[in-house]
Amino acid sequence: MAKKLMKGNEAIAEAAIAAGCRNYFAYPITPQSEVAEYLSWRFPEVGGVFVQAESEVAVGNMLFGAASTGKRVFTTSSSPGISLMQEALSYMAGAHLPVVLVNIMRGGPGLGGILPSQADYFQSVKTGGHGDYHLMVLAPSTVQEAVDLMILAFDLAEKYRNPVMMIGDGMIGQMMEAVEFPEKYSEPVSPEGSDWALTGAKGRKPRIVRSLFLDPEKLEENSLALAEKYKKMREDEVRHELYKVSDKNRVLMVAYGTMARICQTAIDELETEGISVGLLRPITLFPYPGKELYAEAAKPNIEALLDVEMSVGQMIEDVERFTKGIKPVEFYGRTGGIVPTPNEIKDKIREMLNIKK
Amino acid sequence: MSTEATTIFKRPEALQEVITHYCPGCTHGVIHRLVAESLDELGVRERTVGVAPVGCSVLAYNYFNVDFMEAAHGRAPALATGFKRCRPDMIVFTYQGDGDLASIGMGEIVHAANRGEKFTTIFVNNAIYGMTGGQMAPTTMPGQKTTTTPAGRDVEQFGYPIRMAELLSSLRTPAFIARVAVHTPMHAINAKKVIKKAFRLQKEHKCFSLVEVLSTCPTNWGMNPFDATKWVTSDMQPYYPLGIYKDPEREET
Repeated sequence: MAKKLMKGNEAIAEAAIAAGCRNYFAYPITPQSEVAEYLSWRFPEVGGVFVQAESEVAVGNMLFGAASTGKRVFTTSSSPGISLMQEALSYMAGAHLPVVLVNIMRGGPGLGGILPSQADYFQSVKTGGHGDYHLMVLAPSTVQEAVDLMILAFDLAEKYRNPVMMIGDGMIGQMMEAVEFPEKYSEPVSPEGSDWALTGAKGRKPRIVRSLFLDPEKLEENSLALAEKYKKMREDEVRHELYKVSDKNRVLMVAYGTMARICQTAIDELETEGISVGLLRPITLFPYPGKELYAEAAKPNIEALLDVEMSVGQMIEDVERFTKGIKPVEFYGRTGGIVPTPNEIKDKIREMLNIKK
Repeated sequence: MSTEATTIFKRPEALQEVITHYCPGCTHGVIHRLVAESLDELGVRERTVGVAPVGCSVLAYNYFNVDFMEAAHGRAPALATGFKRCRPDMIVFTYQGDGDLASIGMGEIVHAANRGEKFTTIFVNNAIYGMTGGQMAPTTMPGQKTTTTPAGRDVEQFGYPIRMAELLSSLRTPAFIARVAVHTPMHAINAKKVIKKAFRLQKEHKCFSLVEVLSTCPTNWGMNPFDATKWVTSDMQPYYPLGIYKDPEREET
């Protein structure tokens, strides 16, 4: 299919259609309202269901009901809206429901601002709801990757019967880039024949989709079943990308999402000055590419790591955790909707290496 | 005349053959049965999905012989909306108490009704939080003693009980809204007709339907079952009048 110039939010919406998803529930919030606006005209063309809910609390719970049919369902929102969905996320994880969510992050805490941010790392990766559970978390760095990961997200959600959240900063939603969609779109999957979806107790015992287990042994059993899925994800689903990683590198940067692209520019420019820096970009934030990060950090040429984020430092806790103190980890970040520039990152690297301009 | 025995009364197919956990004198069991009979008689059991609330009927999925979802507190109408929009060919009902529907779930029920979602809500109003041990509900009567209003509900502090059937009837969107009771055989027989109609309207893809059922809670009211049924008549019915509040087959104004 020919490349199209598309805004990130609209490309995400179209990607859901390409994945065979026809069920969308959402509440307007900047900077991702274009998804709902796009699907409001696009879904009628493909026979989709869109309900504009009364709140994000309702959205999350509509997803619970919709996912229980065994059909593909998704929502998109931004930080404060995602906060309101934490209740449902906990319930859906506990009930083993496949559902896809997109968080186009804006600055917080509270109402914060509407500009790009990566301040919801803790909420997504460590989870904001109660109980022993995890979301699978994907972090695209380009609009094309948002499309590709969106399609993958539905497969992963079904494979593990677990909520999958794609997080992008406001730039991913707002910027326009050339994107390509699959030649052939997936057809919506029929839930008939599913061994867990609620299709009516015809010729079989009733099925129950729930997260309630009053018997502590049953609840522990459910939590262990979840833990087993997360173990499997850690084994099979870790995704990351290396950029200009070589045995010449003095510093290894770690950044995700669009922040990683800005780091790439800094790396290219430092290269012209003879300063060699590599980048590890996690694509899955849960499961985290911890082993891969440790292996790169342990290389003898690496003097230090630099974690760069659009926050005051959240992912750095995982970078430190996985590198186990093998190398010093430094941090550079801006927050509140301010995006670090390549120059700021370059200055930080020079400072780390005691190199004067 | 045939000498063969004829079954004239049996457990509805839509109920499982189990003993419920409900207290003696509680009318949840009667309401479950009326719902189950309606599903059987309409021939929809095999394509029905129920949504259980948080409250005394949290375990309703163990009693009905249909597929079920267990919702977060108050969110059953949102689950039902999501399910029904994806599967309009199926029959969906929520079964909710007064704390679940009229307090924490007020937003979800009002908006589901206003969108005209084509599912059925059975709203069990017993004027108290049962499962958590008898705290004040939004439907607790003025002066009624609960564990959080030991001196009786003070309307100066907490306002008056919410009349959900009336409140939802004020919405312009067509719907079937009724209030019934089940504390006497006569009331239960009438309640059955109303509940069955609510499900029939859903089966015909007509409208949202909600049946508020006045129920008893002898345990938390501090009464014996007989006195509890009398209290429904003496104290609840005057404030919560029975009747059909909104009916798409009778209107429109």
